Amino acid sequence: MTAPRFWRKINQRYRLVGTECRTCDTAFFPPRDLCPECRRESDIAEKAFSGEGEVVTKTVVHDAISDYDAETPYTLAVVELDEGARITAQVVEGDGEVDVGDRVEACFRRVRDEGEEGIVQYGTKFERV
Amino acid sequence: MAGIVSYGGYVPRYRIRTREIAEMWGEDADAMEGGLRVESKSVPDEDEDTATISVEAARTAFENAPVEGDALGAVYVGSESHPYAVKPTATIVAASVGATPLMTAADLEFACKAGTAGVQAALGLVEAGRIDYGLAIGADVSQGAPGDALEYSAAAGGAAFVIGDEGVVAEIEDTTSYTSDTPDFWRREGERYPQHGERFTGKPAYFKHTEGASKALMERLGTSPDDYDYAVFHQPNGKFPVRVAQSLGFDEEQYETGLLSPKIGNTYSGASPLGLVATLDEAETGDRIFFASFGSGAGSDAFSFSVKDGIDERRTGLKETFEDVEYIDYAQYAKHKGKIRRD
Repeated sequence: MTAPRFWRKINQRYRLVGTECRTCDTAFFPPRDLCPECRRESDIAEKAFSGEGEVVTKTVVHDAISDYDAETPYTLAVVELDEGARITAQVVEGDGEVDVGDRVEACFRRVRDEGEEGIVQYGTKFERV
Repeated sequence: MAGIVSYGGYVPRYRIRTREIAEMWGEDADAMEGGLRVESKSVPDEDEDTATISVEAARTAFENAPVEGDALGAVYVGSESHPYAVKPTATIVAASVGATPLMTAADLEFACKAGTAGVQAALGLVEAGRIDYGLAIGADVSQGAPGDALEYSAAAGGAAFVIGDEGVVAEIEDTTSYTSDTPDFWRREGERYPQHGERFTGKPAYFKHTEGASKALMERLGTSPDDYDYAVFHQPNGKFPVRVAQSLGFDEEQYETGLLSPKIGNTYSGASPLGLVATLDEAETGDRIFFASFGSGAGSDAFSFSVKDGIDERRTGLKETFEDVEYIDYAQYAKHKGKIRRD
């Protein structure tokens, strides 16, 4: 990922900033500019998610793409945030021990390195609480 | 009067025992553990670095703060292990707490005392009325060459302090510094591991500067060790802070709360600040805390704090996080620290 492409979404990556439709009280992450239910009645506003949620489903990755093969095995989960939106992210520590229904909260970690010379891409992962 | 409005610390949950490192290098484990008075040290996860530790500490500080990130006028991150040689860690932290863009930010480096230099810089701006609040952080994922004496203590952790003059829970009564050009520890540009002057890091460096700053501050304030309920010093191991505390006239009851190095090692820029976090977690209104950092190169920043009402609402439970730790062996440690090159 190029530096500008990473930079463009820093608020989403660092602080889980999404949007919500104030008409129907639905939260979106990643952010939407239009509510698919309310359409032209949409009243979209920026919303920072709390970062707390619950594991909906998970898997343990043993054979990863080259950028992540030093981290295997690692847990990847779909987390339903308390405000309603779902996010796919890594769950750190205790690989394989995370279960569906576990409470998790966001933590700030390195997500990807552009090699030894490129930028470090920071972002959100989750940890059990 | 200005001071600490809220605070937070973060120490990664992995630990390696001194014994494990000594056995790896064929050293006498009892002698190493006894000599350093360090039982285990913290180790970062593979995806943790100075920026992530700084962010976690800052977020903890804001959990109980009376203000949000956008109130910050300055963010300073002190470390000797910034992830980039050129590109600030402070902007990463500022963005992660929602402080950007109307603010100033910079990275600081002064071996283990860069974090307290940041506290002084933020304090100056607050006292001058230039900013309402500033964030000062000391954090490190410190490096020690394999088998070197430093490897037994070089650990990871950090602490963050929101400095302001409203909602203060630990007033800074005064601060003073003692600095000289003393090459006791260094790392040249591009080098992977630091070098040190062995015993030279002790008497002419750590002790001379810590005692120099501490005595100057107490003289200026007209205080003595008896006036303080707690004392926190830089802790490169478990031995130096005890020795300097005793030589200044403090007793165990005063320094034990803030002495974390026997369990977590030397977190460099995070070391004395984390000791302060642990102390603030236990101090009561009206207590006074004596504090002195030390950074090789060399200098010491001494502070006198007076704990105010509202401290109960700011407590972070730092020491409770030390109960949920995972001990790893040397091979896992080498992987975590990137000591194994795969290409």
